Amino acid sequence: MSAPPVLALRGVSKRFGAVQALTDVTLEIRAGEVVALVGDNGAGKSTLVKTVSGVHPVDDGAIEWQGAPVRIGKPHDAQALGVATVYQDLALCDNLDVVANLYLGSELRTAGVLDEIAMEKRAKELLDTLSIRIPSVRIPVAALSGGQRQVVAIARALIGDPKVVILDEPTAALGVEQTAQVLDLVERLRERDLAVVLISHNMADVLAVADRVAVLRLGRNNGVFDVADTTHEEIVAAITGASDNAVTRRTARTGRRTGRPAKEARA
Amino acid sequence: MSEQQTTGTAPPAPAPAPAATDPRLLVREKGFAGYLEEFARRIRGGELGSVPVIVGLLVIAVVFQFKNRHFLSADSLTNIGVYTSGMGIMAVGIVFVLLLGEIDLSVGSVAGVGAAVWAVLSVTHGVDDWLAVLIAVAAGGVIGLLHGFFFARIGVPAFVVTLAGFLGWSGLQIWLMGKEGSINTPSGSVVEDLTGYYFEDKAWAYGLALVAVLAYAGSLLLDTRRRRAAALPFRPLGEIALRTGAVAVIAFAVAYVLNEPSGARGLPLALVLFLAVLVLADFVVRRTGYGRRIFAVGGNAEAARRAGINVDRVRITVFGISGMLAAFGGLFIASLSGGATKNLGSGNTLMNVIAAAVIGGTSLFGGRGKIWSALLGMLVIQSIQQGLNLLGMASEIQYMITGAVLLAAVVIDSVSRRTQKTAGRT
Ligand SMILES: Nc1ncnc2c1ncn2[C@@H]1O[C@H](COP(=O)(O)OP(=O)(O)OP(=O)(O)O)[C@@H](O)[C@H]1O
Ligand SMILES: [Mg+2]
Repeated sequence: MSAPPVLALRGVSKRFGAVQALTDVTLEIRAGEVVALVGDNGAGKSTLVKTVSGVHPVDDGAIEWQGAPVRIGKPHDAQALGVATVYQDLALCDNLDVVANLYLGSELRTAGVLDEIAMEKRAKELLDTLSIRIPSVRIPVAALSGGQRQVVAIARALIGDPKVVILDEPTAALGVEQTAQVLDLVERLRERDLAVVLISHNMADVLAVADRVAVLRLGRNNGVFDVADTTHEEIVAAITGASDNAVTRRTARTGRRTGRPAKEARA
Repeated sequence: MSEQQTTGTAPPAPAPAPAATDPRLLVREKGFAGYLEEFARRIRGGELGSVPVIVGLLVIAVVFQFKNRHFLSADSLTNIGVYTSGMGIMAVGIVFVLLLGEIDLSVGSVAGVGAAVWAVLSVTHGVDDWLAVLIAVAAGGVIGLLHGFFFARIGVPAFVVTLAGFLGWSGLQIWLMGKEGSINTPSGSVVEDLTGYYFEDKAWAYGLALVAVLAYAGSLLLDTRRRRAAALPFRPLGEIALRTGAVAVIAFAVAYVLNEPSGARGLPLALVLFLAVLVLADFVVRRTGYGRRIFAVGGNAEAARRAGINVDRVRITVFGISGMLAAFGGLFIASLSGGATKNLGSGNTLMNVIAAAVIGGTSLFGGRGKIWSALLGMLVIQSIQQGLNLLGMASEIQYMITGAVLLAAVVIDSVSRRTQKTAGRT
């Protein structure tokens, strides 16, 4: 019997006024696995991420953590479980410096007082592993370039000890080298047996690191593909809805065999 | 979108990461010249900090001293210090609220209610003086928490909530003060001492100056040692010496003026209390997680919420702090004016308090500012008032001048914000 998924969404729906952003969405995320979440603009990817990280609680459906149902009503709940999220809009405080942003909400303290030195030291080490050039970790985030801000947001997710890392278009603003770094990082997270959800519009990136690709279309599931035996065209077809359900049916039949080592087939 | 992409192009293998330095980065040069250069760069980038206020204070001192040689006398300076304390404490509360990017228009009325609560309890009902003071300050805190609740939980804009409070609480104040409308401070009461007590022994003022300088130097040195041990950039010893020297000159100059010239009365208790509030508030804001959360909510409330911060709690408690300090300041005002009245804290108290915080350099736009701006700004305002009083200027002129100074401060704030935007800073 395989272990239950770390995080599972079952029949999740979310509505914003007149917009039904998510309808009956199901998704399973397992430890040591990278799931790519793809879909057209407005498909509901970011909304899905926000329901899991407590920004917008779900209207309907259930979220399970390691097999047990949980309620994620506010961001703190998600963090307490071990979900770390890099949001598409980064969610940084422009007036705070890099160190303060990295540790926001989980500051290191000694005897109740902020331990700026420990935070600065670890922030530097962390940013060095991402080999990003930042003028100083003590300047306000507003003074950084778009890509630098994005790397700060990614580094933020690695502080603490998450079990699930969700990256909403983490490479959108990054150069070639930094993109490669982030993809490396995703692979390192998988090796550390974390579960990773990667949202990206770049199919090359997705195929390079993901184990499975879940497609959202107009707020609904539109198939889950094993990367090992899917083609780029099939995924694109699912995203655009061009060849519609044939693709989904085909993968449902053949998608159980997986070429990736040591990965459980979907339940 | 991705349709046009060719299949399977893997990103290039990452090159081994080069050392994370960039030749374009501005690294402060060693030594004093580098220090000056960085200072100039900050000014150009719009980070004016305390520079305009300090320049302003110097100009005020020179102009008034030139017009009236009593301006820099011990008596006059002591007055400035004592008058700065009460409203300065209220301004500290306003700095907290401004850091959140909000405003509290009720502080004048809350000061009035605080004074009225103390007077009614202590004088009319014979409650223990200390207890009455504590209850008055706590009442201010509860009032502030109430404002915070309506703002954070119900979602009413803060300026509307506190505007309603401004009216409502001054109504309560008038009701509390009853028919006569004023209650005099009995002699020997705690409130009389707030601004009436002086540590006459010269050792107090000099001792406090010494302690302040040693504590300041000690904290800088300790910080440098720890940063050095952690292999992080640290302040050079020269800079520490320079800063300590500046603080020492100011501290001992103040102590000298309070102690030595003819007419000097010693160290006023009011100033000691104000300094204590400043140091404590500065510590909370800069060194604790709570202070960090205040800045975060003021900078980007949604980001703060997503970081797991309880935004509502931060907002409510900050208004509570503002109310508490307003009531405490109200007791100082009562002490100075000889008792609680039904219009204590009305008039231009509110404007002066908000003006002080802004003149001192705390931004009206949230997330930027220092606790010490309450001291600097209130010094500016009280110096101008003291100077104009000495010149026998009518109060309408004082209003106009204070208004102009406030406008200048807000203009500086807005312009520096714009410069900082273009210089890529907040
Ligand atoms: N806070 C909100 N209020 C109202 N509608 C929203 C909100 N957030 C998202 N939506 C709507 O929900 C739908 C899904 O949006 P979402 O941001 O999840 O798309 P996405 O898949 O992340 O798109 P993209 O690839 O452009 O980032 C959109 O139609 C959007 O207009
Ligand atoms: Mg999105």
